[in-house]
Amino acid sequence: MNDRSTADTSVLLKPDREVGIVGYGAYVPRYRLPAAEISRIWKGGQESGLPVKEKAVPGLDEDTATMSIEAARNSLARAGIDPQAIRAVWVGSESHPYAVKPTSTIVAEAIGATPGVQAADWEFACKAGTEAIVACIGLVGSGMARYALAIGADTAQGRPGDELEYTAAAGGAAYLIGPAGESLAVFEGCYSYVTDTPDFWRRPHMHYPSHGYRFTGEPAYFHHIVSAAETLLSALGRRPADYRYAVFHQPNTKFPQRVAERLGFQPEQIETGLLVPFIGNTYAGSSLIGLSAVLDEAQPGDRVLLVSFGSGAGSDAFSLQVTERIVERRDRAPRTRDYIRRRQEIDYGTYVRYRRKLHTH
Amino acid sequence: MRIARNWRTRQQRYSLVGEVCTQCGHKIFPPRDVCPHCTQPAQLPYALSGRGEVFSYTTMTSAPQGFEEYLPYTVALVKLEEGPMLTAQLTDVDPDEVRIGMPVEMVTRKIREDGEAGQILYGYKFRPLLERQTAT
Repeated sequence: MNDRSTADTSVLLKPDREVGIVGYGAYVPRYRLPAAEISRIWKGGQESGLPVKEKAVPGLDEDTATMSIEAARNSLARAGIDPQAIRAVWVGSESHPYAVKPTSTIVAEAIGATPGVQAADWEFACKAGTEAIVACIGLVGSGMARYALAIGADTAQGRPGDELEYTAAAGGAAYLIGPAGESLAVFEGCYSYVTDTPDFWRRPHMHYPSHGYRFTGEPAYFHHIVSAAETLLSALGRRPADYRYAVFHQPNTKFPQRVAERLGFQPEQIETGLLVPFIGNTYAGSSLIGLSAVLDEAQPGDRVLLVSFGSGAGSDAFSLQVTERIVERRDRAPRTRDYIRRRQEIDYGTYVRYRRKLHTH
Repeated sequence: MRIARNWRTRQQRYSLVGEVCTQCGHKIFPPRDVCPHCTQPAQLPYALSGRGEVFSYTTMTSAPQGFEEYLPYTVALVKLEEGPMLTAQLTDVDPDEVRIGMPVEMVTRKIREDGEAGQILYGYKFRPLLERQTAT
């Protein structure tokens, strides 16, 4: 089935010109809903076996556009470049504020990147943001653009009482892609693994998604992440021990821990980027916020493996090496954990109001 | 819905693009035809930093049409560090935490929605300065 996973560098997605991350930025909203509070409402308050400790909930005036704008501004502050030099603003999300009208034009306008810019919204469940990064790598790596901005952000919704309600959260991260010679981390190569696997979906006009329960595990999350990661590592001639950090998509706490173990990574390699217990699953933001937390702490020379997962289904795997520019750039903008520390706990009633789960007319 | 007016003002609303007077050097917000300080007409666009402090405030418990769902919310006079004073909503703050002199920073947020089918209006609000821990 996985007949492309031979040790062959031709499978790598790698541009002729070296490309990297010149700036990155995260955003997590202020409000937190503890999983125990959801359990209190729907399960009589069971405290054990909950998938996360709590999840981040957006305020009434927040959506994917506003969160993307703040993450993008943080990435620009770190990069220190003129926003007019950005030639693409691509926002990956499954919760764009409009069905028709791009989130990306709002973001591009707000950061001062208009009008000479590509702008489009990307969709691939939780990997829409990493898909946009691959496209940015191509755009910059071909020489068509000096800088391109990829964002993954979501205000995910779970049906009340559904198991996804414990984890469906809000947040995002932005990555400004540019020449390797200006980058704080350089892409050594990437690889995408995609099949038609119906583990999770949302039909048009439906407010909440549907999912295949246990089917979301082995044939979906684990198969795609393991296939993408193993192919990339094999093509690069790398082993897990070559990486200081690894970040995997985080739909709950157990899945990334289990997939890391299966691939041969140690718990300390995923700990820094494992944010799901504290903010929930931020969907298109999930693995990208994990990466931003890693870049907040990584040292020059460190290698980072990033593997996203999007339902439907696919994984993008990236191998990165951090450069010495990280040292002077990372404190030009708030760190990921600055946002996580900013925490206002809410109860289920407030959550219902903030997420507009009550019909008032 | 005031589509044309909202469109014209998008840059000042999204990112606090004001002006700097070419004659007297004052920073101006919102942009206008004549400098309020020296009455000269020539100005250049200027992106304000978004940092400032609360000059005064009030908490709304009764809102104009279109803003009801955000109640209660706090409206403040914000004195920007470049000089201009403007009126804006505060966000990500409980009304009883607000005080005069509180450092704030601009964020772009939803201002209102024109019903479920209409336009979403985005613009500047201010929040308490994000607490940051830097290098360890």
